[in-house]
Amino acid sequence: MEHALDITLTVNGTQVTRRVAPRVHLVDFLRDELGLTGSHIGCEHGVCGACTVRVNGEIVRGCLMLAVQADGCRVETVEGLSDSRELARLQQAFHEHNALQCGFCTPGMLMAAQDLLSRKATFTREQIREHISGNYCRCTGYQAIVDAIEEAMGADEGGHAHG
Amino acid sequence: MKAPSFAYAKARSLAEAFALLERPGARILAGGQSLIPSLNMRLAAPELLIDIGALPLRQILTTQSGLRIGALATHAELEKSREVGERVPLLAEAAKHVAHPAIRNRGTLGGSLALADPAAEYPAVVLALNATLILQSAKAERKVAAQDFFKGLFETDLRPGEILAAVEFPRAERSVFLELARRRGDYAIIGLAGAANGSGKRIAFLGAGATPVLALNASRESELAQAQKALERDLQPPADLYHSSATKLHLARVLLSRAWNTLSTSR
Repeated sequence: MEHALDITLTVNGTQVTRRVAPRVHLVDFLRDELGLTGSHIGCEHGVCGACTVRVNGEIVRGCLMLAVQADGCRVETVEGLSDSRELARLQQAFHEHNALQCGFCTPGMLMAAQDLLSRKATFTREQIREHISGNYCRCTGYQAIVDAIEEAMGADEGGHAHG
Repeated sequence: MKAPSFAYAKARSLAEAFALLERPGARILAGGQSLIPSLNMRLAAPELLIDIGALPLRQILTTQSGLRIGALATHAELEKSREVGERVPLLAEAAKHVAHPAIRNRGTLGGSLALADPAAEYPAVVLALNATLILQSAKAERKVAAQDFFKGLFETDLRPGEILAAVEFPRAERSVFLELARRRGDYAIIGLAGAANGSGKRIAFLGAGATPVLALNASRESELAQAQKALERDLQPPADLYHSSATKLHLARVLLSRAWNTLSTSR
């Protein structure tokens, strides 16, 4: 019933304890309390996906989850996945294909794309587009992004090379 | 924007949730995928959020007539569940149309039904199947048929102090879910959830009124052309920013034609 609660969670492998107000959503918490500004805040109502983070292994909208709801959870951000090199192949593919557009959506795009890549299967361009549909922002096209994800998927162990 | 200030309590048991619900300005927080955006946009200003996320209400149980699914089952769980795919494929099919993967990982069956957005998928699904909603309060449990649950725009039969705990889905011999949206995961322009047993059809539409709408006249017809004609007596879809009422009615007829063969008995 309190207006501030103590929460303990694991962020990118490090346990943190903080006192937070219930109204603070997870991305504000990550950015303002922990300085992890890789997760972006775009629309703050679940439309743009720039705030995509992983909670207990599943991607979620960081702006649609309260920090207090993450108490006891394992949270991973683009910084964590970048440091662990889990995203290395995808980052390389984005780099090679210049798959940035304005760049604001990129952290969320990487998180959503990695969610697909981690399934160790091959997906069609249509399925890739469907999966990243929650990360469309104000640019259009996303061709280079789909190209990059497709390439990273082809290079994936267990996936199939294409072309 | 940022949410207004509110208090937060995580319910450890249903009994505790009911006790907390007595407090003024209290609201249930399930997956939060509709409530939190409305808080961020300051369309809602609860005094207390009761987080029921930790309660044991997410089981998918096989019953004689179909499935009983806990209110906290997420869209992603419904989409992936083998039992749902086999016994209530209409629900599994609809789950794929709910928003985007990251939202499907947190949004819940019960949250969507209790909110009763007329453009949402599950209200039309439970209406087509005439599923039974199980509403619990501190004192009693009520079972409400889906056709009696939706009362108006974002209005349901849920009374103060009640929580939607589970939904009982009957099986259907044939079913089909179709939805038109500008992009995958966007709000539906119009959608159709249909179920059929023998020659009896129940066809419900989403995005077609203040509540999900059961197309009773169209469902009674045995020929597609008559059913399409009858649809004008069933639906007066409200126009949105991009589509007039007439366009939506036309699109409803298109969906009806796509669903028709699946729902009709084979000759």
